[in-house]
Amino acid sequence: MSMNIAVASGKGGTGKTFFSTNLFYSLRQMGYSSLLVDCDAEAPNSFIFFPVKKLSEDVVTEYRPVLDRSNCVLCGKCAEYCNYHAIFFLPAMNKIQLLDDLCHGCAACSVACKYSAIRDSYKFIGKVTSYKTDEDGECMFEAKMTPGVASPVPIIKSAVKMAVKQAKQQNADYVILDSPPGTACPFIQTASHADFVVLVTEPTPFGLSDLKQTVDTLKTMGKEMGVVVNRAGLGNRDVYQYLENESIPLLGEIPFNKEIAFLYSEGKIAVKELSSLQVIFQDIVNNIVSYGNSSN
Amino acid sequence: MEIAVISGKGGTGKSSISSAFVSVAKSAVVVDCDVDASNLYLLFSPLCKEEEVFVSGSHAVVNNDKCTNCNTCINLCRFDAISKVNGKIRISESACDGCYLCSRVCPVQAIKMIPADKSRMYAGTFRYGNMVYGRLAPGEENSGKMVNLLREKAKKYVEDYGYDTVILDGPPGIGCPVISTITGVDKVVVVTEPTISGFLDMKRVIEVVCRFSVQMSVIVNKYDLNPSICEQIDKWCEEMKIPVVAHLPFDAQIVEAMIAGKTIIEYNKDCEVSRLIENAYNTIYAF
Repeated sequence: MSMNIAVASGKGGTGKTFFSTNLFYSLRQMGYSSLLVDCDAEAPNSFIFFPVKKLSEDVVTEYRPVLDRSNCVLCGKCAEYCNYHAIFFLPAMNKIQLLDDLCHGCAACSVACKYSAIRDSYKFIGKVTSYKTDEDGECMFEAKMTPGVASPVPIIKSAVKMAVKQAKQQNADYVILDSPPGTACPFIQTASHADFVVLVTEPTPFGLSDLKQTVDTLKTMGKEMGVVVNRAGLGNRDVYQYLENESIPLLGEIPFNKEIAFLYSEGKIAVKELSSLQVIFQDIVNNIVSYGNSSN
Repeated sequence: MEIAVISGKGGTGKSSISSAFVSVAKSAVVVDCDVDASNLYLLFSPLCKEEEVFVSGSHAVVNNDKCTNCNTCINLCRFDAISKVNGKIRISESACDGCYLCSRVCPVQAIKMIPADKSRMYAGTFRYGNMVYGRLAPGEENSGKMVNLLREKAKKYVEDYGYDTVILDGPPGIGCPVISTITGVDKVVVVTEPTISGFLDMKRVIEVVCRFSVQMSVIVNKYDLNPSICEQIDKWCEEMKIPVVAHLPFDAQIVEAMIAGKTIIEYNKDCEVSRLIENAYNTIYAF
């Protein structure tokens, strides 16, 4: 069975994608097979870092009711069942309207209607693309939400499902889930599939505040976690004190370094170019691997 | 005037720049619209005057003693929130969307809906005026609705105290809370950084902003990190006719200011970044 590792942070821009892509590369270099899933469906960027070949593209849809006015008797039962105010019903005016923007696709209206006046349809909300990286043949999956869609959760769910299935087939060691920022549903959806969560933070007050929030969330979910401090040397020491107080393992530190930042900005895998960084990632991988072994 | 600061990509410097804008404005209502990971309170230490519960929705809870295991709920749930564990129905709180369908169709009324009421909204005062902010409890939804409510509160302050300026610090991404943040504002400032991902995310968020008829401008933060990508951003913005109002160099003083609980303008008003931000703000204001 492969181990699912979610890479999360709370705060945006602490280096989740930087870490995930470099971890993906390092695992391969160290002889482990892995898959990378970009779960940041609002802003997926992982594919920038690898020359890739598209393998498949799967459309993700969400249920949407369609009103068949010829069968509708204006009983109003659908509007009563809809908890999202997505059905506008004015009995005095004989008026009924389905409001697509407010609909969550729960299909309660269709269950409520006894006159077959609600027909099923499905709306395109995003897609999951799978890629093969040119160099080593490893797989990547990208969840991508169509702009204007309310929630990326169903797209993330399908991406993870597809990746886990693929991992099973090829007997992969690790599945890396690059999580969206924040602690709302898209993050929870991603983290819920993880056996271990790597939190990437930066040693600044903003970084620490968001890290604490994420740690609290993961604790209520009962998840095991470790922290990587990115841009170490910038900011202050408060985050280290916090980790010690909370007994959260520090998996490694990535120094604040303009060269790393430049390579990232160019869409390059920094561990490929910098041997000092390679050593740091090897240590982090070993820490994660030894965690996986101890929990088995 | 309402000015919203957004970015697409997280961590480009939205909060550092919007807080500096507040220092330049001197008197303003500030709305921290990043209800998922609010940070401005760290710089402004607002004195909280009001705390309000935000009911973000509800979730279903099953009473297994009443449940007859008929599976009606499992078959109808569109959110994969209901499963059977050891022969018993279990409802996942995080997957449940709160649609009420299972509670309505259960033949023995074994499912109850309970409100998700752990989120909070706050309003208070700080050194430049009034501030509204919120804290969405983990896994709770409807951040867009919370942003709308926070903005209503801000509007009330504007009416009651006659403020000229409202500054909104936006969330990352292109989803609901971003749309709630920019709907109806006078100006949108997009903060980006010269990385391929920053550029890509900026384009994505600008695509969303373009659907609103609102004045937009761009600030390239840490432009010296990669001058060649910065040039590409400038060129793209020129083609799109979006003014780039500042190129800010990387400056560790931004982090030092954050640690000191100050805006960069308060920390060192004479440094280059402070001067550039002040100019940018005045340019945006005068458009």
